[in-house]
Amino acid sequence: MSALVVGETGPLTSVQDAGRFGAQRYGLAPSGAMDRDALASANALAGQPPGAAAIEIGPFGARLVARGGVYVGLAGAEREALVDSRAIAMNSGLWLDDGATLTLKVARGALFSYVAVAGGLSGEPMFGSLSVNARAGLGSPYPRPLGPGDVLEINAPASPWNPVARSLPRERGEGPIRVVLGPQDDYFDAAALDLFLTSEWRVSPQSDRMGYRLDGPRLSHARGANIVSDGTVTGHIQVPGNGQPLVLMPDRGTTGGYPKIATIIGADLGRFAQTPPGGAVRFRSVTVAEAQDAARRHAADLAALAQRVVVAGAPSLEALMSGNLAGQAVSALDAATWQDVAPGPVPGSGGKS
Amino acid sequence: MTAADFRILPCGDAALSVEFGAAIDPVLNDRVLALDRLIAARRPAAIIETVPTYRALLVAYDPCAAGFDEMARTLSELAAAPPAAAVTGRRWRVPVVYGGEFGVDLDAVARATALTTAEVIALHARGDYRVYMIGFTPGFTYLGGLDERLALSRRDEPRLATPSGTVSIGGGQAAIQCLAGPSGWHLLGRTPARTFHPARTPVFLIEPGDHVSFVAVAAREWDALDRAAQAGEPVAELIA
Repeated sequence: MSALVVGETGPLTSVQDAGRFGAQRYGLAPSGAMDRDALASANALAGQPPGAAAIEIGPFGARLVARGGVYVGLAGAEREALVDSRAIAMNSGLWLDDGATLTLKVARGALFSYVAVAGGLSGEPMFGSLSVNARAGLGSPYPRPLGPGDVLEINAPASPWNPVARSLPRERGEGPIRVVLGPQDDYFDAAALDLFLTSEWRVSPQSDRMGYRLDGPRLSHARGANIVSDGTVTGHIQVPGNGQPLVLMPDRGTTGGYPKIATIIGADLGRFAQTPPGGAVRFRSVTVAEAQDAARRHAADLAALAQRVVVAGAPSLEALMSGNLAGQAVSALDAATWQDVAPGPVPGSGGKS
Repeated sequence: MTAADFRILPCGDAALSVEFGAAIDPVLNDRVLALDRLIAARRPAAIIETVPTYRALLVAYDPCAAGFDEMARTLSELAAAPPAAAVTGRRWRVPVVYGGEFGVDLDAVARATALTTAEVIALHARGDYRVYMIGFTPGFTYLGGLDERLALSRRDEPRLATPSGTVSIGGGQAAIQCLAGPSGWHLLGRTPARTFHPARTPVFLIEPGDHVSFVAVAAREWDALDRAAQAGEPVAELIA
């Protein structure tokens, strides 16, 4: 079985997938990737489903050594990346020979990158997920963040995977993070709601996988800072008694006793999660209907990522659509790389799937 | 249909909260649990999971399968339906080693309530507690039904670290805390029972709506009970 062996890593590097659902009623947080969009991109580059488990690399980087050949997809926070001493681009897929070292250095302007593998990481799911939840002692193959010497075994791909280089154009929305007000916006008066929506907030260094604190003006409550505890979702923005908002992230408490002024919409959660400490954030209120239109477009975008992957040397799908270049796309695939691989559909090879 | 006596509030684009009231009240909690069970029985396709709490039910759903208005209509019909039967949970008797290093606040609670430590233990153990909800951290069990004589406001200085299995009281409530963690409540004792144990089937012992009472056990029994619980024994006794 091929594997990735952890050489060294900063803290906050762990196996994460789309999350663990079904046990929040028992207090178990979903965990899962902080940036599910980047997780989906890495997986698309490695021929995996959007929510498959990958290695979430924290801001300080990591060094991984291939045991046996491994095809990896890299996406997420920009950072200097090397295979042995050769520089490679983020948002790419590539083959690592046996013994090759993949080095990901400190993240620039964002926090989390993802290393997905063709075939998928091997592990024992609990409640359908391999995601690490360190506090609960869950996650597979290690129920904790990764450290030196850890071995991540890789399943053989279910169907043949062409190990040519791939890339995926990176697109990310800009502008204010969209929120739906509530469920306890009635605990705040119009002035506090206005302050929340018009202020520039900065992500506090006191932030982690449970929650991101926001520095900015103090939001005062109109009806007290305590509610009878109720359920939470990732993206809920709690305002405790000190008036400093706390955005609940994937390792959050499943219930909470502070009023929630608003909720970040799913389509903008990944972008928000990548905001480094000190980074500025603004919020914009949208209706539930607008948020759900965005959710449907976002789901369609993630489902279409595999079709947008560009195989090395091949023109992009956009280029194919705009001109009569289909013949070139086929010839651009290096036939030699197919010698040991049975013919099969290659996601993103340039044709319509 | 009469005017609804519940509210349906959006929680972003993929969840909503059905809120039956704003108080800690067994009648409201019964309605939460009744709706939770109705959803479990009908299994509407768009619903991913539900989180019952004191007085509200959080419903997570897939916005690609159903919009908010459609979900609100479906849940309004279910929430307005008269409960088929009162929710009857199971009854558990949970062993606790009280006081000493196991419950460092027992003496202080006795002083603050003008009771003896034996009286505090007796009042706490024999209570018939309703499991209002399980939340915040895995297996953290929020219990209602504390004897009024034991009602004390929370500690002024929350502790940053309390041990796994902590059995505590705060305000009018009691709790079983499964994992080590911070707490602002008064620590009366510790139970070897694991409400959450990843390597056991079932992973979670107690359900929302169950009932709990406690039984005092001697400190010398701790090691054996703790080993049995670690090996997967429930240790807590199912009495009904």
